[in-house]
Amino acid sequence: MSEYDVIIIGGGPAGLTAGLYTARSGLKTLLLEKVAPGGQAALAWRIENYPGFPEGIDGPELTKRIERQAEKYGLEIKSGEAVKVSLFSEDERSKGNLEKVIRTEEEEYKTVALIVATGTRPKKLGVPGEERLVGRGVSYCATCDGPLFKSEKVVVVGGGDTAIEEALFLCRFAEKTTLIHRREELRATKIMQDRAVCNPKLEFIWKSAVTEILGETEVEGVKVRNLETGKDLTLEAKGVFVYIGTVPNSEFLKGILEMDEKGFIITDENMETSVSGIYACGDVREKLLRQVVTACGEGATAGVAAGKYVQKWKGG
Amino acid sequence: MEVLLNDGNFEQEVLNSKVPVLVDFWAEWCSPCLMVAPAIEEISRKYAGRLKVGKLNVEENPRITAKYRILSIPTFIIFKKGKVLDETAGAMSMAALEARIVEILNE
Repeated sequence: MSEYDVIIIGGGPAGLTAGLYTARSGLKTLLLEKVAPGGQAALAWRIENYPGFPEGIDGPELTKRIERQAEKYGLEIKSGEAVKVSLFSEDERSKGNLEKVIRTEEEEYKTVALIVATGTRPKKLGVPGEERLVGRGVSYCATCDGPLFKSEKVVVVGGGDTAIEEALFLCRFAEKTTLIHRREELRATKIMQDRAVCNPKLEFIWKSAVTEILGETEVEGVKVRNLETGKDLTLEAKGVFVYIGTVPNSEFLKGILEMDEKGFIITDENMETSVSGIYACGDVREKLLRQVVTACGEGATAGVAAGKYVQKWKGG
Repeated sequence: MEVLLNDGNFEQEVLNSKVPVLVDFWAEWCSPCLMVAPAIEEISRKYAGRLKVGKLNVEENPRITAKYRILSIPTFIIFKKGKVLDETAGAMSMAALEARIVEILNE
């Protein structure tokens, strides 16, 4: 079984930055990534609020740079999904065992410190038709699938920054983009709201929710209910893009780490979780702001904190 | 080595192929497509001779893209003897994709 000083689960900006710090300080570090490094940030077509890039930078470009920087200092990145984390007992540890075991479908690894940077995934609507039509018109990634809906009618569900950003992106291709939001106003920041209202191709349906996605083998439309009047209407659409929030990828750690009721991991200010030697950083953490800039800062802190833990463990 | 597929050579390279074919439907604009590209290349090397790996750019090849109703990318379709055996839309766990390939190769 391979042994490491630090194992990081998740290769978005938080995990990669943590790896940059630990590898650069000489710790033997492995980063496990389920799909490919970059995380959700790599899906953003333009990041305008990451400091140092006044013209903005594309998500994939920024994450690729962080990855290159981390690998330059020796971070090992492997493809694999962590499915189970277990801790050795005091007794087993006194026999010289490392503290933690990380299991993927294929392999097992031992490590002294663990950094969880597994991020979030898009929240589903949970309405009839959604599961059946994923990849058949239902999408959670406008920057991937948007251009496939050239000159078609599409619907965006949600009212936050991401929903607006993606709706504006869709306006470049679709004939008509309709944004459906539960409230009467957007949650998005002022600058995004202004851009949204100014776009002539973007229409809004307020105080309404999608109650069903229609179509057998492909999306043909959505059923929308006005939450105030209770009236239903049917809207024709080939694409439905869902941006109603995120869900933390923390299920495999239930019962091990303290989390809030939604499953976001609770840490102290040094990113340490309820288990000593296990750290969490990035979107999977319970916190106010989920952005690349906070992910990187937390990744750095987690990396340094994990380093100190390893040093102490080795008796340094 | 991956084979570059297009509307013209799809039948010859995929439907008439003697070995199973994994087709990666992708586009330049699609970030997850680019993210998984190295892993797909790795699969093409690892199973060379037993599996053909083809890449089809959906933007440049509207006929095949429409024929297979590609509405989300990356989409991975595994063909065997001209038939669709497996289809997955969206960037997925590469280990899961590889497991499916192994299963099909061993059938």
